[in-house]
Amino acid sequence: MAKMPVHGNDVLDGIKDALPILIAVAPFSAVFGAVAISNGFSFAELMLTSASIYAVASQYVMVDLISQEVPAWSVMLSVFAINFRHVLYSASIGRHMQAFSLVQKAVAFFLLVDPQYAASEARRNKTTLRPAYYFAYAITVYTTWMVANALGAIFGTLISHPEKLGIDFILPIYFMGLVAGFHQRPQFFLVLLVSCLASWLSYFTLGSPWHITLGGIAGLITAALTAKEPEPEHA
Amino acid sequence: MHEPVLLIIACASITYATRAGGHVLLSRFKTINYRFEAALHAVPIAVLTALVAPAALTHGPAEAAAIIVSASVAMRCQLIISVACGLSTLLLLRHLLT
Repeated sequence: MAKMPVHGNDVLDGIKDALPILIAVAPFSAVFGAVAISNGFSFAELMLTSASIYAVASQYVMVDLISQEVPAWSVMLSVFAINFRHVLYSASIGRHMQAFSLVQKAVAFFLLVDPQYAASEARRNKTTLRPAYYFAYAITVYTTWMVANALGAIFGTLISHPEKLGIDFILPIYFMGLVAGFHQRPQFFLVLLVSCLASWLSYFTLGSPWHITLGGIAGLITAALTAKEPEPEHA
Repeated sequence: MHEPVLLIIACASITYATRAGGHVLLSRFKTINYRFEAALHAVPIAVLTALVAPAALTHGPAEAAAIIVSASVAMRCQLIISVACGLSTLLLLRHLLT
């Protein structure tokens, strides 16, 4: 195992680990800002949405449904369906938050976006997950998110061709790299294969966002069914 | 748009409930069955894979190749290197194929 780093590195590591993801977060946030404004959101409503929800995929769907004048309950149900994966993130990373106070945990869960979760799992693979690391990463991403949202709303046409820089596809590339980083966990390839197939099947039959929940659950069931019973501990 | 601010706050509450809920539910159990433990251990692999998988099929050969390259490189190298390799693959193939 790697040696335990001193506490002072937590803040620096948190910011450093967040930097590559900012390249993806900033344009996505800016585009969302522009889209929200063009769908009839006021600047204040946009900032309230991004500050309080902080989950871009569900926010896109929310803005889209509101502009179609869909009933409020179905907007809320869609947001829940898209964000359901966070229940699993929370259950999984919550067990490694012994170093967090109750208030720190409450704030930390508010900030639990996909890259935050993945970086936190990777961190606790290496060392202990401490609040300094978690919040340094979170504040870096959240600040970028809010600033880019505002800039996107103000200069809506700033990013005219994101595909020329590959920015439109950097998130899948980043998430796939993160997944491969967990290759030493038990049943890695089997879980990956089952989740992938189940995700494709749900995506092409039921459609988005079911592929996230059903593909994820298929992988979890696989991991549970193939788990080996632990050896009884010697007294 | 009816009462947009109320709807935004409702959606924010729902999102927070999903983010805190998993931990709140789980912390009620003192011991965790080993199968459940294994499932929790597989969360990042299963959920992130499910999130990304359609993108590998729905965009095109350059995007599919970029995902495969990023995953393969990340098996051996740091994440930043794998993202750089995946992105280079994407831009190169997009340039060659269009």
